[in-house]
Amino acid sequence: MEIPRHWRLKKQRYGLVGEVCPHCDHKIFPPRDVCPNCGDEAKEQFAFSGKGEVYSYTTVYEAPAGFDANAPYTVAIVKLEEGPMLTAQLTDLGEQPISIGMPVEMVTRKMRNDGDERGVIVYGYKFRPAPLHTTA
Amino acid sequence: MTDVVITGIGQTPVGEHWELGLRDLAVAAIRDALKDAGGLKPQALFVGNMLAPNLSNQAHLGALIAEYAGLTGIEAMTVEASGASGGAALRQGYLAVASGMVDVALVVGVEKFTDKIGSDVEEATATENDADFESIHGMTITAQAALLMKRYMHENEIPENGFANFALTAHANGVANKNAAFQKAIKAETYAKAEMVSDPIKVFDMAPQLDGAAALVLTRRELIPSNGQSLLVKIAGSAASSDTLALHDRKDMLYFDAAQISAGKAMKQAGITLSQINFFEYHDIFSIYAALQLEAVGFAIKGKGWKLAADGEIGLKGKIPCATMGGMKARGFAGGASGVYQAVEAVTQLRGQAGANQIAGATYGLIQSLGGPASTAVSHILQKLDWSNPDSV
Repeated sequence: MEIPRHWRLKKQRYGLVGEVCPHCDHKIFPPRDVCPNCGDEAKEQFAFSGKGEVYSYTTVYEAPAGFDANAPYTVAIVKLEEGPMLTAQLTDLGEQPISIGMPVEMVTRKMRNDGDERGVIVYGYKFRPAPLHTTA
Repeated sequence: MTDVVITGIGQTPVGEHWELGLRDLAVAAIRDALKDAGGLKPQALFVGNMLAPNLSNQAHLGALIAEYAGLTGIEAMTVEASGASGGAALRQGYLAVASGMVDVALVVGVEKFTDKIGSDVEEATATENDADFESIHGMTITAQAALLMKRYMHENEIPENGFANFALTAHANGVANKNAAFQKAIKAETYAKAEMVSDPIKVFDMAPQLDGAAALVLTRRELIPSNGQSLLVKIAGSAASSDTLALHDRKDMLYFDAAQISAGKAMKQAGITLSQINFFEYHDIFSIYAALQLEAVGFAIKGKGWKLAADGEIGLKGKIPCATMGGMKARGFAGGASGVYQAVEAVTQLRGQAGANQIAGATYGLIQSLGGPASTAVSHILQKLDWSNPDSV
């Protein structure tokens, strides 16, 4: 289901591709062609490093249809090194406790499936704890 | 500008109405409101609804509800702004009547949550989030509020159970509201011991999603029939504002800009200041939203909305009584009907008919309806018109 929708978002889902504003150098994710900072046109692509830190997080026990097989899972708002924030699941946590400010890095993971055995499996970005020496 | 008044109110109890469908609920509230208005004939119907296409596989509610209410032929349509749909429908009704293009408008808010359960409801409510950049990550509306509350607690020093009074106050006020889903007060220890839903949100930090409908009849003051309501309530201010849909796109997610802007505009239109507002019906679907609304509107400084509640100032005898008929926590969250319930309850207060919950001398009430985390905020100031005091009319 919704194959064109997931296909057209592939650059964002797999490569964290956003935009940079040629007028004010503001980094933009998700892309929208209009700079939220200065309001000018901003169509220049910009690939984010995938490094950031946890701004807030919580656990979802009662999940929407399509996600219930993975519950409970952790959803976070991640502040990227380059400035913007995004929403993503945290993964590969093991026994590590999560905390606000914890450095994380992007990985590609299975996000959901569309139900039946013929459904599309959607892949995209999640974030895992980053070793301290790899962060700025 | 001519005065737009609310001359009829109607509501169904909020609850699990297995025996009633979407249309039945809406029609019950409409009949109640038209009766209250004393025979005014509506020319337009604005339906506030959030999720009928998802929860009931039913769109096109305007024509459906007009038909079942015996009003086929009138102008009728749905107004959708997620949880703010009710407030937004009221605003559309207000604009129509204020413009002079419509003499009598009927506003109905209706939601039917309980035809679906569990993950299907979570999937439906998550459609209010950004589908491509929030919901695809498994974000739910409760998780969104939890992210806000967690960050709020990180930036502000809040004692354990610091949010308890939002729930305690709402449930205490629900006792005397016969239309409330929960008419029983809760104890502090009941709040504290409640199950964790999405940390730090516990059961009583969120409102139950239930069925219900509420309705209003609006007209201009000069058109009121002689057998209509003698206790008039004027819409003294009406405003709406929007903010980013996704939480992560906010410059400061701990400040509800749209709530501030719409409340400020509504107060300016009404020509009043905060200190003149006698009560505040906020959108307490989550305790953290209530705290952030108190801050955005200006009743508390940033980071101290929880404190206003903890100090008992939101109770019926406090500085700014909130959720005076139980709010969303005790009356129940009936989606797109919620903003209309707020108006019905505020009119009840301003008519002096709130019984045990009556705010003495209530003249101005602020109601604020939110879509998501104030991605939409619709604010109205309702004012009592006292016919015995010509200066106020």
